[in-house]
Amino acid sequence: MSVRQFYGTPPPGADPASLGGKLIVIEGADGSGRSTQIAVLNDWMERKGHATVQVGLRRSTLVSAELEKAKQGNTLGRITMSVFYATDFADQLDNIILPALHAGFVVLADRYIYTLMTRAIVRGCDRKWLESLYGIAVVPDLVFYLKVAPQQLVERNFQKNDSLDYWESGMDIGLSADMFESFMKYQKLIEHEFTRMQKPYGFKVVDGNRPIRAISADLEKHIEPIL
Amino acid sequence: MKGALIAVEGLDGSGKSTQIYLVKRWLELEGYKVFFTEWNSSVVVKSATRKGKKRQLLTPTTFSLIHCTDFADRYERQILPLLRAGYLVLADRYAYTAFARDAVRGCDRQWVRNLYSFAVPADITFFFDLPLELALNRILAGRPKLKYHEAGMDLDLSPDPVESFRIFQGRIYEEYKRIIEEFHPVVIDATQTIEKQQEQVRQIIAERIDLAQYRWRILR
Repeated sequence: MSVRQFYGTPPPGADPASLGGKLIVIEGADGSGRSTQIAVLNDWMERKGHATVQVGLRRSTLVSAELEKAKQGNTLGRITMSVFYATDFADQLDNIILPALHAGFVVLADRYIYTLMTRAIVRGCDRKWLESLYGIAVVPDLVFYLKVAPQQLVERNFQKNDSLDYWESGMDIGLSADMFESFMKYQKLIEHEFTRMQKPYGFKVVDGNRPIRAISADLEKHIEPIL
Repeated sequence: MKGALIAVEGLDGSGKSTQIYLVKRWLELEGYKVFFTEWNSSVVVKSATRKGKKRQLLTPTTFSLIHCTDFADRYERQILPLLRAGYLVLADRYAYTAFARDAVRGCDRQWVRNLYSFAVPADITFFFDLPLELALNRILAGRPKLKYHEAGMDLDLSPDPVESFRIFQGRIYEEYKRIIEEFHPVVIDATQTIEKQQEQVRQIIAERIDLAQYRWRILR
C-alpha cells in the first residue's frame, strides 16, 4: 500500500501510511451531471463488490444547516464564507473521508476542494492562502471535471429548477444586474479557473455535453485500472 | 489604513479583559472613536459552534476553522471596515489566541499562521503575563464549573476537569511564550496592581498612537 499524499500538512490525527481505499472526485458546475454520474458509478461499484461512501458540499453534521441558512441571505464576507465552507469540508474529511479510506472504502466525492477554491478565487480571495488552507486535503486517486458549455448549463438549470440559482449565477459579486448575463459571465470565470487548475491538480476533463451512458462509460474506463 | 488596532492576549485569569475594558473607558471618556470586539462573538456561527461543542463533534481542525470563521466574520464585517473608517479598534484576544490554542490541539503552527494571514497585524498587542500558578488559582478559586473545551477535555489530558484545565493552560502558556519570541508583543507584568498595569498600558498607547486624529469631529 503506497503512502497517501496530502496537498500540504495532513490534519492532526491523520496517519497517511494507514490510508488505503480510493478517493474519486467529480467536479463540475450545477447541471453538469455530477450527481447523476455519482449515482451511476455508485451502482457500478457496488455491483462489483466495492464498499462506497459519498461526500459533497454542505453535507457535514457540523455546519450544513448553518451554511444553508447563510446561503439564503447574503451577509457573509468572502473570507468568512471560505472558512465556513472549509469547516464543512474538514468535518467530512476528519469524520468520513479519512476513516473510510482507512477502512478501505471507495469514497465518491460530489465536488471537492477545487470548487471551493475556484469560487473563492473568483471572489478575490488569495490563491496562496487557499492552497495553504486546503493543504489538509488528501490527494484523490482521480479527479474528473465534467465540462459543459455555459449555454448548455443554462438549459439544464432551467429544466431542473425553472430559474437560475442566485449563487451559481454569481449575483453576489455584481458582474451584471441581469441574471442571465451574470450567469454566463460567472460560469466563464469559474471555467477559466478550472482550466488553470487542470494541469497542476491533474484533472481528467470529460466532455459533459454527451448522453449519460457515454459519460459514465468514459469514467468507468479510467476508474477500472485503479480498483 | 486610517484606524489603529489594539489587542490584548494572555491566559484565562491574567486580567486582560479588565485592562482592555479600562482602556476602552479611558478612550471613550476622552472623546475618541472606539470600537470593542471580543473572541467568539459572531452571531452567524454561534449555533454551529454551540452545537459542535455541546455534542463534542469538533476535531482539532474543525475547532480551529469554526473559530476562524467567527473571527473572519467579525473581521470582515466590523474590524476591517472600522479600521478603514478611522476607528480605534480594541480586541479582547486576536490571532495569537488561535495560534496558541490550535497548536496545543495539534494543528500545524504554520498552517494556523497562514490561515489568519488575511487579518492585519495589530498596531499594539499587549500580553498580560501572569505566572501559570497564579492564573490557575484566580480561575479555580471561584470553583467554576469548567466547560468541556475550556478545560481542554477534548485533549484527553486527564479525566478530571480541574487537572485537565491545569495541564491545558500550562501548554497554552508554553505556546504563548513561543509566540512572544516570534512576534514580540508588549509584555505587561500582570502580577502588578490593576492601576499600575493600566498606567503602563495607557502610556504605551499614547506614545505609539497619535490619538488626536481619532477624536470625534462633530460639525456644529
